[in-house]
Amino acid sequence: MEEFDPKITIKKKFSITRKVGFNKMAFSLKGIKVPHRKNTAGSEVKRMVIDNTITLPMIMHIGAPAVPVVKAGDHVDVGTLVAKAGEGLSSPIYSGVSGSVVGISDVVISNGRKVPAIKIDSDGEMTVDESIAPPVINDRQSLVGAIKDSGVVGLGGAGFPTYVKFNTDKEIDYLIVNCAECEPYITSDTYTMLERADEIAYAIDILLKHVNIKNVIIGIEKNKGKAIDKMKEIASKNSKISVKVLPSVYPTGGEKVLVYRTTGRVIKEGKLPADVGCIVCNCTTLATLGKYFKTGMPLVEKCVTVDGSAIENPQNVIVPIGIAIKDVFEFTGGFKSEPAKVLYGGPMMGISVPSLDEPVLKQTNALLAFNEKDAKQGEETACIQCGTCIRNCPFGINVTEIARAVSKGEYDRLEKLGVGICMECGCCAYNCPANRPLVQMHKLAKISLREWKEKEAKA
Amino acid sequence: MENKLHISVSPHLHRKRTTTGIMLEVIIALLPTTIAGVVIFGLRALAVIGVCVASAVISELLFNLILKKKQTIKDLSCVVTGLLLALNLPANAPLWQCAVGSVFAIIVVKCIFGGIGKNIVNPAITARVFMLVAFGSLAKTAFPVGMDATAGATPLVSETTPDIMDLLLGKTGGCIGETCAIALLIGGVYLLIRKVISWHIPVAFIGTVFIFSFFVKDFSVSEALVQVLSGGLLIGAIFMATDYTTSPSTALGKVVFGVGAGLITALIRFWGIYPEGVSFGILLMNILNPYICSLTARKLFGGGKK
Repeated sequence: MEEFDPKITIKKKFSITRKVGFNKMAFSLKGIKVPHRKNTAGSEVKRMVIDNTITLPMIMHIGAPAVPVVKAGDHVDVGTLVAKAGEGLSSPIYSGVSGSVVGISDVVISNGRKVPAIKIDSDGEMTVDESIAPPVINDRQSLVGAIKDSGVVGLGGAGFPTYVKFNTDKEIDYLIVNCAECEPYITSDTYTMLERADEIAYAIDILLKHVNIKNVIIGIEKNKGKAIDKMKEIASKNSKISVKVLPSVYPTGGEKVLVYRTTGRVIKEGKLPADVGCIVCNCTTLATLGKYFKTGMPLVEKCVTVDGSAIENPQNVIVPIGIAIKDVFEFTGGFKSEPAKVLYGGPMMGISVPSLDEPVLKQTNALLAFNEKDAKQGEETACIQCGTCIRNCPFGINVTEIARAVSKGEYDRLEKLGVGICMECGCCAYNCPANRPLVQMHKLAKISLREWKEKEAKA
Repeated sequence: MENKLHISVSPHLHRKRTTTGIMLEVIIALLPTTIAGVVIFGLRALAVIGVCVASAVISELLFNLILKKKQTIKDLSCVVTGLLLALNLPANAPLWQCAVGSVFAIIVVKCIFGGIGKNIVNPAITARVFMLVAFGSLAKTAFPVGMDATAGATPLVSETTPDIMDLLLGKTGGCIGETCAIALLIGGVYLLIRKVISWHIPVAFIGTVFIFSFFVKDFSVSEALVQVLSGGLLIGAIFMATDYTTSPSTALGKVVFGVGAGLITALIRFWGIYPEGVSFGILLMNILNPYICSLTARKLFGGGKK
C-alpha cells in the first residue's frame, strides 16, 4: 500500500508554486492561540438521574424536522422512538427517560424558528426499552440504515446527520476522526476518548468492514495527554488506522482545517470533505455509533462539560437529551455568581441561549455560564486597519474588505472576497482591538449575498 | 432572571487588547526617546512636546464637539500623533508653528477623512512635511544643550564623518526625537516584544537604506551605519512607517512598503535637494498603500477555481 505523507505533498506544492512567484506561495494555514481552560479534563463524570420533564425539539440536526410518533399519555422508556426522521435530510429522535408523554407543543429554537417539541414527564425509573436490540448489518446499505436509525448527528456541534456522509459509492481515502477539541473549556470529547475508546474502536471496525475506506486518521491536539495514548492503542490494532498529533491551536477542529492538517488536501469553497475523498467524524459521534452497533441503544444521552466563570463546580456530566439546562446546572451544584451569559458549546463558536429553560440538544457538548464581567462585550470602536483579523484568519479572508463591501452593498465583490469560505471560527473578532462584531458581519454578508443572488436570478 | 441573559453572536471570548491599549503601548515605547530628547535639548524641547500634544488633543476634542460626533480622544491616538510630530521637530521651532502643525495633523489629515483608521496618510508625517514646506522652520536645526552651534548642521549634511557613539547617544544636531538612536531602539524592541508591530517594515526600511548607502558610499560599513543612525530614519521606520492605518497588513506587503520607503529615502538623501527623505519616503508609500495591499493580499484557502 502506498503511504500518503501529507508533509511531502505540502513540500512538493511549495517548491512548485515557489517557482511561479513569491506571491503565490503555498498556502500557510494560520491559527490562533486561545486560553485552554480545560479545567474539567479527566474529572470524574457523574450520570444524572432525573425525575424532571424533558423537552425534545423536532429539530436538533441540520435538515427537515422529525415527525412525532407518540401522543399525549403514551408511555415511553429510555430508547423508545418518539419521532421518526422526516422527508429527505433528517434524523429520528428517541426518549432519554422513562415516563409518559405530556404533550406536543411549539418551542422557539435558538435560530428563532418555531418547531414542535415533545414533552416527556420522567418517572425517575430510567427503565430501558425492552425492544432494544443490536442492529443487523450485512452490507453498506444496512449500515447506512442503522446509522440513520441510531439518531446520530454530528455531535461536535454541527448536527449534520451522520448517515449522509457514509451514503456514498465513492472510494474514501480517509476517514478522519476529529479528536481536536480546540475550543476552550470543553473536555467532553476528552472524556469520550478516555472512557469510551473501545466503542470508538468498534465503530471504526464496523465502518471499515462495510464502507470502502482506505485509511483512518485520528486527528488529536497535542494537549490531550492520556487521551493520545488511548487513541494510539486503537491505532496499534489495525494497520489502516493512524494517529496524527496536531498543534494545539484554534481552530484545528474545524472540518476544512482538520482535513488540511491531516491529509494536506484543500476543500474548495462550497465543497464537502467527500469531494476530496474524506469523511470527517467527531469521536463522540463514533463512540455513540459504536454503542448503537453493539447494544442497539440509540442517541439518548450526552456528556456535557459544565464550566465557566459563574459555575460553582466545573465538571463533566452525562445527561439525557432534552433536559432543561437549569436542571443540569442545579445538579452540578449551581452558580457561584449570577449567570449573565449561558452558552451551548464553546466560547469561540457557541450559541448564547435566551433562557435557562432551553433543553440540552443532541449536538450540545458543553454548557458554559459566565458572570456579568465576562459576559459584557467591550465597546465597539472604529477600525484602525491594524490587519490583525486578516493575519489571523485561518483561510486568509480579507475581513475588513467584507465589512466594507456589505456596508456599501457591493454584493458582487462579496463573492470575489470569498465570504462563503468563512467558517465563523471567530479568530478575527477574538483579536480585534476595536471589538468589532466581525463574525456577525460575515453572517450578515452571507445572508445579503444569498438574497442578492436570488434577486439576480429572478431578474 | 431569565430575561437578564446576554445574547450575542460568537465569539464570546476576547483578547484583552483595545485600541486605547495599543496607543498606550506606543506612548510607553516613545517615553525613552521623549526623555532623551528633553535631556539632550533642554526644557525648550518639553515646551514643543507640550504644545504639540495639547493642541492635538484639543483640536480633536473640539472637532468632535462641534460636529456632534462620538468623542474619540480617549483612544489616545491624538496623543500619539501630537507626540510623534513634536519628536520630529527641532527644539527651537516657534511654538505657534508647532500648534498649527498639530492642528493640521489632526483636523486636515485625520478628522476630515473620518477619524482614526480612515486617514490615507500618516498625520504626523504629513504635518511635518506641511511645516517643512510652509514655514521652512525645520531647515534650522537645534543643537544639544552646551554644544557649539557652528560645529555643523545635521550629521547628514556635515562634511566630516560623525562619531557613531555620538549618534547612538544623540549628541548631534537634529529634531527632538530623532537623535538618540539607543532610546529609539529600546522603544522599537519594546513594541516588538509586546507584538504591537512586526519586524517587517523597520527591518526592510532600515536594511534598504543601509544596503543602498553601502554601495553609494564606496562599500564603507561605517558610512552606511552613519546613514542609518542619523536623521529621522529610526524614528520613521520604527514609529511612523508602522502606523497600522497607512501601512499594509500582510508580511509581504510590509516588506514591499519598507523597501519602497527605504529607496525613496536614500534617493532623496543622496541626490535630492532636501537633506532628509524619510518623511517623503513614508508619505509616498502611504499613498501607494492601497495598491500594495491589493497586490499582496493573502491567498484564499480553497478559493478561486472550483
